[in-house]
Amino acid sequence: MKMNGARILLECLKKEGVDTVFGYPGGTVINIYDELFSFKEIRHILPRHEQAGTHAADGLARATGKVGVVIATSGPGATNTVTGIATAYMDSIPMVIITGQVPTPLIGNDAFQEVDIIGITRPCTKHSFLVRDVKELATIMKKAFHIARTGRPGPVLVDLPKDVQIAQTEFKYPETIELRSYKPTVEGHPKQIERAISMLLASKKPVFYVGGGAILAEAAGELTTLCDLLGVPVTTTLLGLGAYPEDRPNSLRMLGMHGTYYANMAMTDTDMLVAVGARFDDRVTGKLSTFAPHAKIIHIDVDPTSIKKNVRVDLPIVGDVKDVLTKMIKEAKSHPDKVAAFQEAIAPWMAEIEGWKAKHPLTYKHAAAVIKPQYVIEKLRELSDPDVIVTTDVGQHQMWTAQFFTFTKPRTLLTSGGLGTMGYGLPAAMGAQAAFPERQVITICGDGGVQMNIQEMATLVQNRLPVKIVILNNNFLGMVRQWQELFFDKRYSQTCMELPIDYIKLADAFGAKGFRATKTDEVEEMIKQGFAHDGPVIMEFMIAREEKVLPMVPAGASLNEMVLNA
Amino acid sequence: MKHTISVLVENEFGVLARVSSLFSGRGFNIDSLSVAPTNDETISRITLETRGDEQILEQINKQLNKLIDVIKVIDFTDGSGIEREMALVKVTAEDESRAEVLRIVDIFRAKIIDVTPRSYTIETTGAPAKINAILELLRPLGLKELVRTGPVAIGRGAKGWKG
Ligand SMILES: Cc1cc2nc3c(=O)[nH]c(=O)nc-3n(C[C@H](O)[C@H](O)[C@H](O)COP(=O)(O)OP(=O)(O)OC[C@H]3O[C@@H](n4cnc5c(N)ncnc54)[C@H](O)[C@@H]3O)c2cc1C
Ligand SMILES: Cc1ncc(C[n+]2csc(CCOP(=O)(O)OP(=O)(O)O)c2C)c(N)n1
Ligand SMILES: [Mg+2]
Repeated sequence: MKMNGARILLECLKKEGVDTVFGYPGGTVINIYDELFSFKEIRHILPRHEQAGTHAADGLARATGKVGVVIATSGPGATNTVTGIATAYMDSIPMVIITGQVPTPLIGNDAFQEVDIIGITRPCTKHSFLVRDVKELATIMKKAFHIARTGRPGPVLVDLPKDVQIAQTEFKYPETIELRSYKPTVEGHPKQIERAISMLLASKKPVFYVGGGAILAEAAGELTTLCDLLGVPVTTTLLGLGAYPEDRPNSLRMLGMHGTYYANMAMTDTDMLVAVGARFDDRVTGKLSTFAPHAKIIHIDVDPTSIKKNVRVDLPIVGDVKDVLTKMIKEAKSHPDKVAAFQEAIAPWMAEIEGWKAKHPLTYKHAAAVIKPQYVIEKLRELSDPDVIVTTDVGQHQMWTAQFFTFTKPRTLLTSGGLGTMGYGLPAAMGAQAAFPERQVITICGDGGVQMNIQEMATLVQNRLPVKIVILNNNFLGMVRQWQELFFDKRYSQTCMELPIDYIKLADAFGAKGFRATKTDEVEEMIKQGFAHDGPVIMEFMIAREEKVLPMVPAGASLNEMVLNA
Repeated sequence: MKHTISVLVENEFGVLARVSSLFSGRGFNIDSLSVAPTNDETISRITLETRGDEQILEQINKQLNKLIDVIKVIDFTDGSGIEREMALVKVTAEDESRAEVLRIVDIFRAKIIDVTPRSYTIETTGAPAKINAILELLRPLGLKELVRTGPVAIGRGAKGWKG
């Protein structure tokens, strides 16, 4: 059957199993919206800003593992998606972004709402396509989804000129796709895996350092099996939280700039570092010259560019985390004697780690008069559902969430790590809630960042997405204020949000419900009320204004040079 | 250290921009670059010269391979390839220097491709070192204009790149 390009686009989305898209109409996508009007298989959610729509698609992708989809019109619609695309790119999130473009004959003419979005997004997309002929559209869509979700996932942009949306052709979706220039290595080399296990079992002070790749690979189960089989300590990055249950005795929780004392000490003293889908980010390594100085390093990653990018590696394994860990489990199981001997050999190391844990656990000073943010996070954990999804914005509240929530399942913390995008939390929660209408979804935000996409309250109310918005209000751009306190002599330049906002009225204006707690003994009751309300709510906590995130590795310092209390 | 790298790419819209913006975006150097289609018209070949220590070169290779449109990356620095470059050179040639220019052209088996009473334009090809050598001799006579293609390279032996 012949169809126009706009319809073909929707048919392709359907073929890819997409049931929800976020998008915003405009002149160069009006034909797509016209087709959508009668296309019932796809649910379209209209955010109030394309940036938010893009974060929502990202949130949906992180919560489900599927490819998130967003549609925007050419020009300003397209440029509004850029922050969302860059956010997804930095954290390797699979997404397809469809932008309208001016008709092909006008491209390059500075036409109305023309912008070279492919050029603008070249450094922050995994790949992009300009569709110049409707006959190519189906194949390009197939390629776009394939590229977005395989190998190291990432956002792929498809720029679709208006005339291509109107032009007609026969719709035929390719069953499979073969790209001679794109063949990610998924299977870990068996010899390397054998070597890895024998190196590992010969070590005395091993640590597993686990990143977002373990979650992207759906390998939390394999990871937990392997680590528990070997009895090794496990630390995760911000993006790896939930890959290994933080409530297990062998969890060292998060490492890095705001990681635990014991994780960072273990990283410094280890003789065998096993990096699993993690990319040695500078927030994790601290000063490179003193990073894991005694360690042999095994690095498992699907992307060869991540390996040896900033640290030396003794044994690289290119491959998918799930595949590699499955083979490692098998290999380890075939040497039960060696594993038993290994466990005996690492006993002193495990005891040393226990010592560090006892010496400096994650902690804070409780206060009755003023609400401590860490206490709010602990209470949120305690009172929320076991399968709750938490998103965060960026700042101190994000770090307190990472430190005090205790994540035990993959895809339950959605947070912008690599780009650190303020304004991410609320729309990402919207995406997660759209994907899981029945699950509890909380976004934990600062008073600064929440204002960057606060307009999405409207989308939540309109679409009956009962996201619980938590605002830890310190009336500061707290994370920057903390740096100013510690490194700039308390010169709080432009970090005080002078204007207090009445979030209860604000919630009310959007047709949602607002709550506020100002004292510690109000916290628990208020959280219960907020959770019990069956629509979107704002829960505002007036927190200790100058509370700091600790421990902290100052920028440029070694991992073991932590500020523990200041 | 200087490396000559061939990058075989899908002959798609925007590929060159992807390759060159990879270099600029990551702070890698490009000293020269040439692009043209190959015997297979769906494939173009980019030859570029770059510099860096071992770790940078490893990243350049990996990052190039990571681009979706890149089919193969070949680094010729280990001597596995033959490099050739062409230069067009306009030199001052008046009175007594005219004969000297001709002598140099003759020694290097270059060609005169344009003549005026005050200049010669020379075409020369060869390994980059040979081009450098002829330029060294011509420079004192007065170089008016120099155009170099940058090297192209091909592997030694009977096999083509597809092996
Ligand atoms: C305010 C702030 C403070 C921060 N502080 C910290 C901190 O204290 N500690 C911390 O850890 N982070 C912190 N971060 C986050 C930090 O910036 C990085 O985003 C994070 O450390 C990167 O995590 P990752 O190494 O897991 O990498 P990711 O970005 O998740 O990279 C994943 C890696 O896995 C690979 N991969 C993907 N899929 C697969 C697969 N299927 N198989 C194999 N490999 C795969 C990828 O190629 C990549 O190399 C902070 C961020 C902010 C905004
Ligand atoms: C879009 C954007 N702009 C600026 C920053 C720099 N930045 C990082 S954290 C932060 C403060 C955030 O303040 P708030 O949202 O109130 O959270 P808090 O740290 O107080 O918990 C700022 C300004 C950023 N990460 N993102
Ligand atoms: Mg704040």
